[in-house]
Amino acid sequence: MLYDISLSIDYDYENAAGSSRHIVRLMPADLAGDQQLLTGNVSISPQPDEIRYFTDFFGNNTADVSFIERHDAIRFSVTAQVERQAQAKRFDTSTRCADLGSTLRRTLTLGRDSPHHFVAASPRVALEAETTAFARAVVAPDMGAHDAVIALGQALHAEFRFAEGETTVDTPMIEAFRNRSGVCQDFSHIMIAALRGVGIPAGYVSGFLRTLPPEGQARLEGADAMHAWVRAWCGPDMGWIEYDPTNACLVGEDHIVVARGRDYFDVAPVKGVMRSWGAHTTRHMVDVVPVGES
Amino acid sequence: MENPESSRTDDPVAGLLARYIRMPGVPDEMIGSDGGLRPVWAKFIPGLAAFSEDALAARQARGDRYLRDAGVFFRQYGPDTPVERDWPLSHMPVLIGEDEWAGIEAGLIQRAELLERVVADIYGDNRLVADGHLPPELVAGNPEWLRPLVGVAPRGGHFLHFLAFDIGRGPNGAWWVLGDRAQAPSGAGFALENRIATARSFSELYADLNVQRLAGFFKTFREALYRLRGSDEARIAVLTPGPMNDTYFEHAYLARYLGLMLLEGEDLTVRNGEVMVRTVAGLRPVSVLWRRLDANWIDPLELEQDSRLGTPGMVDALRAKSVTMLNALGSGVIEARAFLAFLPRISEALTGEPLALPNLATWWCGQQSERDHVMQNADRMTVGDAFANAPSFGHTSIDLDDGESLGDRIERDGVHLVGQEAVALSTTPALDDGQLVPRPMSLRVFLGRTPEGWQVMPGGLARIGRRGDTVELAMQKGGSTADVWVVGHRPAARVTMLSGRGDDVLRQKPEELPSRAADNLFWLGRYVERAENAIRLTRAYHLRLAEASAAEVELLEAVAAHLTWLGASPEQGFPQGLGAMISSAANTAARVRDRFSVDGWSALSDLDRTLAGMSNTALPGDDMARAMSVLLRKISGFTGLVHDNMYRFTGWRFLSIGRAVERASLLAGLLVDFGDPAAPDGSLDFALEAADSTQSHRKRYAVATSRQTLVDLVALDTLNPRAIIHQLDEIETHVGFLPDTGVARQLTPLQRSLLQMRAMLAGRTPEALTTPIIADIRTRFVALADELAEAYFG
Repeated sequence: MLYDISLSIDYDYENAAGSSRHIVRLMPADLAGDQQLLTGNVSISPQPDEIRYFTDFFGNNTADVSFIERHDAIRFSVTAQVERQAQAKRFDTSTRCADLGSTLRRTLTLGRDSPHHFVAASPRVALEAETTAFARAVVAPDMGAHDAVIALGQALHAEFRFAEGETTVDTPMIEAFRNRSGVCQDFSHIMIAALRGVGIPAGYVSGFLRTLPPEGQARLEGADAMHAWVRAWCGPDMGWIEYDPTNACLVGEDHIVVARGRDYFDVAPVKGVMRSWGAHTTRHMVDVVPVGES
Repeated sequence: MENPESSRTDDPVAGLLARYIRMPGVPDEMIGSDGGLRPVWAKFIPGLAAFSEDALAARQARGDRYLRDAGVFFRQYGPDTPVERDWPLSHMPVLIGEDEWAGIEAGLIQRAELLERVVADIYGDNRLVADGHLPPELVAGNPEWLRPLVGVAPRGGHFLHFLAFDIGRGPNGAWWVLGDRAQAPSGAGFALENRIATARSFSELYADLNVQRLAGFFKTFREALYRLRGSDEARIAVLTPGPMNDTYFEHAYLARYLGLMLLEGEDLTVRNGEVMVRTVAGLRPVSVLWRRLDANWIDPLELEQDSRLGTPGMVDALRAKSVTMLNALGSGVIEARAFLAFLPRISEALTGEPLALPNLATWWCGQQSERDHVMQNADRMTVGDAFANAPSFGHTSIDLDDGESLGDRIERDGVHLVGQEAVALSTTPALDDGQLVPRPMSLRVFLGRTPEGWQVMPGGLARIGRRGDTVELAMQKGGSTADVWVVGHRPAARVTMLSGRGDDVLRQKPEELPSRAADNLFWLGRYVERAENAIRLTRAYHLRLAEASAAEVELLEAVAAHLTWLGASPEQGFPQGLGAMISSAANTAARVRDRFSVDGWSALSDLDRTLAGMSNTALPGDDMARAMSVLLRKISGFTGLVHDNMYRFTGWRFLSIGRAVERASLLAGLLVDFGDPAAPDGSLDFALEAADSTQSHRKRYAVATSRQTLVDLVALDTLNPRAIIHQLDEIETHVGFLPDTGVARQLTPLQRSLLQMRAMLAGRTPEALTTPIIADIRTRFVALADELAEAYFG
């Protein structure tokens, strides 16, 4: 499916006090075989004094943007055209959960897709006894990792409520877990903690969802802003699969990948440091439309 | 008949040794296994034994006095707030012969080279993991493995430039490496201070013993730092987390000793991939940063985002190779104890050579066979955090959950645990109440990379246990430190930091003052002046209170009100606000500690101490007035030292501007309250006294004080150093020497304000200088601070 994507994020600062610097991860990824970035354009206003592009550790398109002069507002806009391939049904060649540990020990790599980055606690995902207990109740050691991911995702979706406004971008995972509610970021962090708790390497994916569903299908939750979901490592044969716990589905043609990491910390769309005080407000606008439908 | 007791006490050496009871099962540095004095101590101990009890105590006091005067301290993290502690010096040096030292040197240089290769691999190709020499969990799960730095090769090619190793002598007499410090090792500056103090305590022995000198090491390392620069103009700085860090003293000390800038993260900014320091003359490039800040705190944008100590964009500058960081960010990865389990085999694999100095036997519990080994030998092991960097020094340091056995924990969480052989370290003599007693000891040895290879500091920082067991070695737990003397066969060459070629090239240029330092110096000038004024006024108040004439009640009330307005109310006895002013001054001075002479620093801390001692004891009236006189003398001592001895760098100008701004606004306030026609009787003379201008008035005017003569002398007389207009002259002179920040041939807002104020003052007769105008002038001086900040402190 070919999509036209447009996104804008506006920041308004109450008391800006000088220069600022931001790390920006907004450009859709180019993933051989799964997703092609055909065109992509970032515009930032006001015009930044410096902008440098690089690929981060996890392979994400990253921009380092800085402003020397004081400014009260920033707008980041992205337009992109992306071809997203339909995901063919994959055979379950996953490793048994009980064997993942010994398999990991034989996996002697530290590249960006190495499962070793995704087993321990990470900046935004603490490993808590409660989330591990939740996972243990669903996942049996002799299950295949693939089935375990789906079972856990469905259990989460059944027990947790999608609710905007009850959590913020900074809410700790365990708080959302205890409240049994949140948005895609919370669902993803909780699922990552649960998977890691039972020894399944798991990471975080940020991206977009198709705004309006194909005719006759329900609209997916999370399509109004940037979305997030989970990737899980199912052993050396099957590798990584991606699962959307907010919508209880495997990731498919409707999901467009922007960035991957251990958790939100690694992929935050805009991470900034500014000499300022007081509040700032943020507005997001996202449109993901199949070409020809707009 | 001969009395064996008396013969023993006749020979002081024998007496000393007879009372020295070695610990069983561990070697002693001074006494060999045969029970005799080791040869390297053969000269020192007779020299020591020759001191009488009193002489020895005096010798120890000499060293302590040096440390106190130099202001050496470290910060101890207590249960509530960190406190500054006197530096704990164990006066007895540890003596090591140069032949034995050569073995240590060779072993540590081999280890330093190995660590460089390991770090380069961990941030490069990861061959060690791929080939099975290093478990991937030890890298991926290591909090010091910084993913944003993976693939970022350091400028100049080297990750490690300055290293420390903790070593100790085990039961078999051989030296062992206990831990590797590769991130930002501390202690080298303290080692230098220990050397100076110990050499003062035992000056003749030091001179006689052919002790290898430390200065040469620092000189060579400084030259190496200068060769790391990208260009001849670029700056080198010590990057510190700031005065609240436990070893801040050392950061300031090394910066001063080596002639480097001392900077905090907020002094720096990154522009177009280049690291720049904010100075009063604008942004200037920095090329080499010797950091004392842990890597995670260096860049809030790409590393720990809660860091307030860092500089956004620093990682980007490293990617752009515009700066050399010592050591490279992420080097701390190899400090983890678990690496000790793998380094011996890695050495064999990479170099074909075993480690010349073994390290503490360590088993990483992430592997089944190692877990089993640790469990089977648990009684000879300490079990601790695999990723911690300090040697465990003989005690198990993990908190077990309720109902959990050590075995359960190791089985559940082995990846995060190591077992280490529990070793008892050798003992060395320490002085306890004039007696020599054996205390456990470990050494921290420092290595610097130079173009000619790694150099080892000949000496180091010895840690001495408080009690007999090895657990007490950590300084935070009350242990002490000692100097290490490497004793040679022949006299050592003397090197000092002052001699030699190239020094004039190293001298910093005057405009190099960082904006933050300028800001602090400006405020230091203001705080000291403010305190001095409050002390003078408080004294005048209590002198009058002592005389207590009924006619002066109204004046006393006015003075009390004025003092209260200044924040030093005299109502509750000793003015508590005074303490706050002196503390503000001392805290501000602490932030620019590298810019003061030791004398200036000790004058200020002496003032702080004196004040703390007085505040509960001084009684109102005469007693208080006398106390104020003492404080006034001490504060004048500080200002005298600063203004007479401080080099006329830009920093001194900011200090002087601060003093003048504060003095002018205080004088104006004084004239508003006591120079007004409506002020109570006696006000005019009081104002003269408070402005320290009574003598000048007597010389200048034949008449009694009138408002006219007061205003003339205290506001308009350019020859009176305590006149408002004189402060304006001072400020204008200093501003004239400051770097130009404005557009060419246009007045800056600061210069414009100064001109307007001059017109307001100089154009008026004393009569025309009414109270509202003086009040306006006061406000303008206060506003001057903002204009100065806008121009230079931004």
